[in-house]
Amino acid sequence: MEMAIFLVVGALSIGFSLAMILAPKPVTSAMSLVAVMFCLAVLFAMQSAHLIAILQILVYAGAIMVLFLFVIMLLNLREKEGAESHTKGYAQMFGGAMALAILVVVVGLTHMPASPAGLSSDRFGTTAEVGRLLFTKYILPFEITSVLLLAALVGAVALVKIRMR
Amino acid sequence: MMMNNYLMLSAALFVIGAVGVLIRRNMIVVMMCIELMLNAANLSFITFANYRHDMTGHAFVFMVIAVAAAEAAVGLAVVLAMFRNRETVNVDEVNSMKG
Repeated sequence: MEMAIFLVVGALSIGFSLAMILAPKPVTSAMSLVAVMFCLAVLFAMQSAHLIAILQILVYAGAIMVLFLFVIMLLNLREKEGAESHTKGYAQMFGGAMALAILVVVVGLTHMPASPAGLSSDRFGTTAEVGRLLFTKYILPFEITSVLLLAALVGAVALVKIRMR
Repeated sequence: MMMNNYLMLSAALFVIGAVGVLIRRNMIVVMMCIELMLNAANLSFITFANYRHDMTGHAFVFMVIAVAAAEAAVGLAVVLAMFRNRETVNVDEVNSMKG
């Protein structure tokens, strides 16, 4: 069963990543990358990394890719004024596929056996355990991450604002 | 052995990302390929964490996701600034520091 899911999801991730680097339009690349992120989230969940699987969807597919799409939107608006999109069917199909992927992930997570690989205990990879690790052994890197995010925030604002003065 | 399959998939995704960085000239797509390579590395981390039954890999992936978010924010700000100054996102046309 694990092998079957792996083959399907692995083939999908390879196919979508190839589509990402071969697609002529940046928007298609971004959408293919979102699909790759979902496939990887399924693979993470299969290896009992539940928290990381959810973070993958929330942070990568939810936040980082939206940032990419915003920048593509901003640049395209200036590049060709009023260029009409004629890929509505593709967009609808893609939205349906994404909804299906979320369904698969959620169902996979809720029906996950305690030890899918035969190696994991029931607590391995849960939010509580990863959180305990992050707040005890890796507390210093964890806190430094907040400084990194603040620096990135200030840097991004400074870079974009610098020409507006 | 499932672990080998995961590692081979991770290597394949990393290579696809590296090829993408080399063949694409749109800077936004190049950054997406970098994100793909980070994700491939994350898959290796999770695979080894599962195999060794050691959650250090999970903590590492957490950090990698945070760094990727910071990188994307700064990198896209650079893309916007570049587009504002040079009216291009082609990495070949931005070569004034090449020497």
